[in-house]
Amino acid sequence: MKEFRYIHGVSSLCLDQSLCIGCKMCSRVCPQAVFSHQGGKAAIQDHDGCMECGACGVNCPVGAVSVNPGVG
Amino acid sequence: MVATSRSVYDWAGAAAARLGLNRDSYLVAPGLYAIGAPDRAAPVLVTANYKLSFDTLRFALPGLNVWLLVLDTCGINVWCAAGKGTFGTEELVHRVKASGLEKLVDHRRLVVPQLGATGVSAHQVKKQSGFSVQYGPIRASDISTWLDNGAREFEGMRDVTFTLKERSELIPVEFHLVLKSMWWLFPLLFLLSGIGPDLAFTSRLMSRGVWMVSALLIGIGSGLILVPLLLPWLPGRSFALKGAIAGLLSGLLLLFWAETGLNLLESGALLALVVVMSSYLGMNFTGSTPYTSPSGVEWEMRRAIPVQFCLSIGALLIWVGAPLVLS
Repeated sequence: MKEFRYIHGVSSLCLDQSLCIGCKMCSRVCPQAVFSHQGGKAAIQDHDGCMECGACGVNCPVGAVSVNPGVG
Repeated sequence: MVATSRSVYDWAGAAAARLGLNRDSYLVAPGLYAIGAPDRAAPVLVTANYKLSFDTLRFALPGLNVWLLVLDTCGINVWCAAGKGTFGTEELVHRVKASGLEKLVDHRRLVVPQLGATGVSAHQVKKQSGFSVQYGPIRASDISTWLDNGAREFEGMRDVTFTLKERSELIPVEFHLVLKSMWWLFPLLFLLSGIGPDLAFTSRLMSRGVWMVSALLIGIGSGLILVPLLLPWLPGRSFALKGAIAGLLSGLLLLFWAETGLNLLESGALLALVVVMSSYLGMNFTGSTPYTSPSGVEWEMRRAIPVQFCLSIGALLIWVGAPLVLS
C-alpha cells in the first residue's frame, strides 16, 4: 500500500523468474501491487509492500512464487 | 430470490455485528442464491456466508441478474476466511458440485472476489471442477461497473485501501474484545492503589485508585482510538512504537491537565502504564489492518514485548511501593 508502509526487509516473498511463464496471475491477485512485468516475466517491484497474504503463491500455476510467513 | 435493498433488520444486525454483539453468529446458509432473474448465461459471483459480506454484495447489485454462490466460511468474511483456508479451493469445488451449478448455467466461469485468492487456487479449481476462476474487484461496490464493462480490470479496483472511515469502523469491535479480555485489570489495579502504610485505604482509593483507573482508560483509548485514527501521522512503521507515542502524548496530557496531587514517582509510573497499554494495544491492531505482514508482526513483537513487560512490572512496583517508601 502506498500510503501505509510496514516493517521493511522481512517479507518471505520469493520469485523464481526462470520458472515464470508471464501469465500475470500474481499481479492480478496481489492486493498491494507488489509485482510488475518486464519482457514477458514477472518481477518484484515493491518487496516491502508485501503483506504475505499468499494469494500469488497459491495462484501461480508453475510454482514460481512462494510466501512462507512462519507462524503468522 | 434475494432482496437487493436493506431492511431495518439488516441495519440493526449490521450495527450489532460492528459492536461485536452477534459477530460470531451472523451468518447465512451456504448455497446458491438468485439475484433478480438470472438466466443460463448470468455470471456466478462467489462470496462468504458472513451476513455482512453477503449483504454488502447483494445490496451492491440492484437491477442485476446474477447467481450468488455462498461458501460455508463459518460466518467469517472472505479475506479472513481465505487466510484460514475455509474460503478455499476445496469448499468452492464442493459447493459448485453440491449446488448443481453446471445444470443451471451454460458457461463455466466463476467470479471470485480478488481477496479470496489467498485461499482459492484458480488452476486447481479449473482442474477439479471444470469451472475457470475470474478474480473480480475487491469492493462489492465496483462489481456493477466491472460487469457492465465486460469484466475488464480498472485502475483502483485491485488495491486495498485503509481510509479513515474504514479504520474507524473497527474501533467498536476492538473495544468490545479488549474490554472482554482485560476488564479484570480495573478492579485489580484500583484495589492495589489503596495499599499503604496506614489505614487510610479508602482515601487512597479515592485519589490514587481513581487516577489509576483514569490512566487505564486513557491507555486503552489511546491504543484503540488514537492509533487507528492517527495511523498515517504517528511516526515509525512499528505499531508498538506508534502506540507508545500516542500513549506518551495522551498520558502527558492527563498529568498536566488534571490536578492529580500525585508525586513525581507516582506520576512517572502512571505515565509508563499508559504508554505500555497504548503500545500493546497498538501492536494488537496489526491484526486488523490490510497491510501488515506476519513476518513484520513477529519482528516487532520479539522486540516490543520484552520492553512492554519490564516497563509494566517496573511501573507497578513503583506505583504500589510509592506510598510505603515516601511515608
